[in-house]
Amino acid sequence: MSETTAGVVFIAAMLAALALSYKPLGDYMYRVVTREHHRKVERGIYRVIGARPGTEQNWAGYARSVLAFSVVSILVLFLFQRVQSALPFSNGFIGVEPGLAWNTAVSFTTNTNWQAYSGEATMGIFVQASGLAVQNFVSAAVGIAVAIVLVRGFARKATDKLGNFWVDLTRIVLWVLLPISLVAAIVLIGGGVVQNLTDFTSASTTTGDQTITGGLIASQEAIKNLGTNGGGPFNANAAHPFENPTSWTNFVIIYLLLVIPFSLPRTFGRLVGQNRQGYAIAAVMGVIALASVSLVVGFENMANGTVPQAVSAAMEGKEVRFGIPDSGLFAAATTLTSTGSVNSFHDSYTSFGGGVLMLDMMLGEVAPGGVGAGLYGMLVLATITVFIAGLMVGRTPEYLGKKIGAREIKLASLYFLVTPALLLIGVAASIAVPENLESMQDAGPHGLSEMLYAFASASNNNGSAFAGFGANTPWFNTALGLCMLFGRFLPIILVLALAGSLAKQKPVPATAGTFPTHKPLFVGMVVGVTIILVALTFLPVLALGPIADGLQ
Amino acid sequence: MSSMAAKPFKTVAPKTRNELLDLRQWVKSAPAALRKLDPRLMWRNPVMFIVELGAAFTTVLAALDPSVFAWTITVWLWLTVLFANAAEAIAEGRGKAQADSLRKAKTDTPARRLAKQDPAIDSPKVETVEVPAPELRRGDYVLVVAGEVIPGDGDVVTGIASVDESAITGESAPVIRESGGDRCAVMGGTRVLSDWVVVRITAEPGKSFLDRMIALVEGSERRKTPNEIALNILLAAMTIIFVLAVVTMQPVAIFSKDYMAAAQDTAVLNQDGVTGIVMVSLLVCLIPTTIGALLSAIGIAGMDRLVQRNVLAMSGRAVEAAGDVDTLLLDKTGTVTYGNRRASSFLAVPGVPAATLANAAQLSSLADETPEGRSIVVYAKEAYGLRERATGELDDAEWIEFTAQTRMSGVDLAEHGSVHRIRKGAAAAVIEWVKTEGGDPNPRVHDLVDQVSREGGTPLVVAEHQVGETARVLGVVYLKDIVKEGMAERFAKLRAMGIRTVMVTGDNPRTAAAIAAEAGVDDFLAEAKPEDKMALIKREQESGRMVAMTGDGTNDAPALAAADVGVAMNTGTSAAKEAGNMVDLDSDPTKLIEIVAIGKQLLMTRGALTTFSIANDIAKYFAIIPAIFAVIYPGLDALNIMRLASPESAIVSAVVFNAIIIIALVPLALKGVAYKPGSASALLRRNLLVYGLGGIVTPFIGIKLIDLVVALIPGMA
Repeated sequence: MSETTAGVVFIAAMLAALALSYKPLGDYMYRVVTREHHRKVERGIYRVIGARPGTEQNWAGYARSVLAFSVVSILVLFLFQRVQSALPFSNGFIGVEPGLAWNTAVSFTTNTNWQAYSGEATMGIFVQASGLAVQNFVSAAVGIAVAIVLVRGFARKATDKLGNFWVDLTRIVLWVLLPISLVAAIVLIGGGVVQNLTDFTSASTTTGDQTITGGLIASQEAIKNLGTNGGGPFNANAAHPFENPTSWTNFVIIYLLLVIPFSLPRTFGRLVGQNRQGYAIAAVMGVIALASVSLVVGFENMANGTVPQAVSAAMEGKEVRFGIPDSGLFAAATTLTSTGSVNSFHDSYTSFGGGVLMLDMMLGEVAPGGVGAGLYGMLVLATITVFIAGLMVGRTPEYLGKKIGAREIKLASLYFLVTPALLLIGVAASIAVPENLESMQDAGPHGLSEMLYAFASASNNNGSAFAGFGANTPWFNTALGLCMLFGRFLPIILVLALAGSLAKQKPVPATAGTFPTHKPLFVGMVVGVTIILVALTFLPVLALGPIADGLQ
Repeated sequence: MSSMAAKPFKTVAPKTRNELLDLRQWVKSAPAALRKLDPRLMWRNPVMFIVELGAAFTTVLAALDPSVFAWTITVWLWLTVLFANAAEAIAEGRGKAQADSLRKAKTDTPARRLAKQDPAIDSPKVETVEVPAPELRRGDYVLVVAGEVIPGDGDVVTGIASVDESAITGESAPVIRESGGDRCAVMGGTRVLSDWVVVRITAEPGKSFLDRMIALVEGSERRKTPNEIALNILLAAMTIIFVLAVVTMQPVAIFSKDYMAAAQDTAVLNQDGVTGIVMVSLLVCLIPTTIGALLSAIGIAGMDRLVQRNVLAMSGRAVEAAGDVDTLLLDKTGTVTYGNRRASSFLAVPGVPAATLANAAQLSSLADETPEGRSIVVYAKEAYGLRERATGELDDAEWIEFTAQTRMSGVDLAEHGSVHRIRKGAAAAVIEWVKTEGGDPNPRVHDLVDQVSREGGTPLVVAEHQVGETARVLGVVYLKDIVKEGMAERFAKLRAMGIRTVMVTGDNPRTAAAIAAEAGVDDFLAEAKPEDKMALIKREQESGRMVAMTGDGTNDAPALAAADVGVAMNTGTSAAKEAGNMVDLDSDPTKLIEIVAIGKQLLMTRGALTTFSIANDIAKYFAIIPAIFAVIYPGLDALNIMRLASPESAIVSAVVFNAIIIIALVPLALKGVAYKPGSASALLRRNLLVYGLGGIVTPFIGIKLIDLVVALIPGMA
């Protein structure tokens, strides 16, 4: 089998696997978040954290809970890192310096998992397992919970009750993330991924003696991808043979990072009582994702001619055990979701290939996006599309029976403004300060691409980077930390407010005059609006970065 | 059917095309366009306000460092703002002309207020006090005699008069206004032609119907509608995004220029980054100026289109709501059917020749002056060739007129020494008459009567009695509610648009069902009382639907007020007119359908131009980005797919296109995009193709063409 054929089979198998999970996982998540009674173990947890599961919150109450929970998470993570030397299983690592500790705390709480440090050389098992891994679960659960609240906003009628954050959080962690991670971890261990409590293993290789860090790798690997987190215990991330030894584990990892975001539209369809609406949203995600994968693999293959191969140009930064298509699929998948784990180095991609990865994130990570975050981002884009489409058919626009009026458009527009504003202001402010240019590994357009990528990654809570960009400076730790923080929580607040304003409405029954939002026309229009709005916003900087780089 | 034949009120004919090709229109709007440059007015339109700020900024830059390029850009930026203002001024101007002609109807002649404020007078020769019309207060009684102008809105409380309302409605035939009932409302500015009336003033000065109408057509009362507000927010957000994109481009441009320090400085890009003129040009090209410039003109023109159809909307909100209507309540009589029932066939009982029945039916109806009676005479003539005889033509005929008591009409003819009596009327009454005259009604009559009722018609029975013999029934006249032509098609169109029609009637359910089926309405409300109508509206609204209805009587007022779109007939009472949010001066209930179309068209025009505006940006990027940066990275010249002559000409061409497209789209903004009733999907597909795809392609062609001309200017190529 040629590499191309193998790549096509790999991608087709991935599509089939995701299609097969769509219904069962989506339906299962629907049951988890709608179940009436509370199980015993859940009630136990509510008693411990002092939650009242019977009371539903309005959007502001829900937002306060999300924020309070996240602030506490950041503080705990910060503290764990700072006092690491005093903690058990610290592998002898010292406390992390404040700038980096802040950056990492924010990074893991916001589901970004940007790592300005080298995992195996900074964090011990305790911080990894009880700090970072816990956030891998709960930050992912927060994203899913917020998405569910937005969907409730569409589904519910004339109410301000949108659910209880603590109930949603507990259930998503207990019944969605934990069981799937457990199974996935076992599968990964079976595939050869490391899982132990040893500090270091010394090995003699042909190039000399090596010290290799061990740890709870398979369990971390499972949730880091399932929860679209991305921060791994190793600096080399999923390119590391202990994390991702074979093409088979590579498949499992990519599947894990796509499966929840691609199944949530089903949950959405179930909650609003129209499965076809879920298919439409999944179709929008699928079209954009397929286009992205094709472009990345295409661009990488184009540079895969005789000469580049002779100097191993296109394979530079990619693992030979994966090859171009599997690396390209991984890269597209990780930037299209908010994962940010990598099995190859995006900095080494062709200019256009790397540009597409950047664009994936700039789209707001909606195809399929981070767990939950992708769905709510896509629903906001669908809302804006419905508004323009609705006007064009001569009716006050409505989506799923809810009118899109001034307040809804205000919240949706603000949502859409946040990440571009953070990204563009971040890049402009950084590039204007001469010392910051030293963080760039390359000069000119490629150097700009590195910085652009960093801010795209942080603002959209992705976490991957163009390797070589020196982000561990006070400026970038702070600036990127702020981008992650605002890039996560401002959209969440706006989405919750939008949910509140939608839930208050009485639904309008659909008629022939209502523009149907489950047909290919709408799918195409959302794709168009998403790409055109993003392209228009970022074209000037992209022109000077990857496009200039590629056209040189 | 005088209401149907009413002449539309057109002080300014909607000759949009001619008007807009007319350069004078633009010249005339120039002073207003200049006045609107006042920043205190401009800031209300954030998109165009940014353009104005940009134009002011480039003026300073051009003055400090003059060049053909700088001044060309500056002039065209100012023109962009002026074109937007002129578009609004033209839209307003069309309303102003109408307002001026309405103002002429406002009277300054003194009103004659009754000295004793007691309307119970029986002659116009009473003592009155002269007061200027604007000083009349609500509740004052004024006397108006033939030849005088009614000084203010009010209700006739005493007397009856024919009134010429043409100054307001454009309808030249006078109307009767009398005290009591549903014909008592009079409008200030109309003229009493005969007799006299006492009018109780119901409007405070300055708040009369005429005043409101003037304010409406002038647009001075125009407030932004909900969808307009939402669209403005989206446009503002896009403007912010593009301001960010352009401003943050500068440090990146400086970085890139430093990297390629050898690249030569140009008028577009130098050591300090992109020049101010070019930054402003790029920003103006990207922000949604096309829709920003035309948004308020679209709104004004939408109201204007209603006025041209003789409908006054009390608010823009109501017009917008019309586009959203889900359920249309239509009164059967006058809307779905012609007001009167007409004869549609004669059904003879067995043994009676059809011609005999037709002849008897016609003879018995000659003295029946009701519309039903007339229709029998006409039908007999048309279907049986029976000449209509005048009542005086027949000798020795005694005519029996229809009365509510007898419920019969007929004739007694003296023939050959005997008397031939013919009767026609309500089934029960005629059958009773036959029995009284010793006859035995044929049992088939009951079947015929039932059959007609079942089919939604009204049966009239015809019988004869030759004196000396027994009376006998001849047959049944089938009176039918005639559904207006083309109603079924109109309702089908409405259905395609997603609008459900509900016919409201006082008829019994059986009759109502038959007419509803024939007219093709979706549902009906039979034996409806005003409170049933109200309940229906509430029910529809409860389930989230928007309801529109028409009405004219005082008892319609609560329902008119409750409906989302309540169109009051101008012939109606002032209570009804007060309650509705639109008034139809032609009093044509079917106009609701047009009102809905206008509401939809208004939204569609906004949506289409927004899409067009955003789609335009793609081409502008392809013009401007390579123009700025190809000097640093020559590879970017590959993006110059239009092969524009030079960086300067590329930027000028984009700016000029951006300005000219505003003028080019003014006719569309004023006329509204073409609207063919159909499903939402069909509409969207069409508009997306025309304004989305068209919006992407048009500027590529337009900018290229402009560039061919601009390149000829010295210093541009």
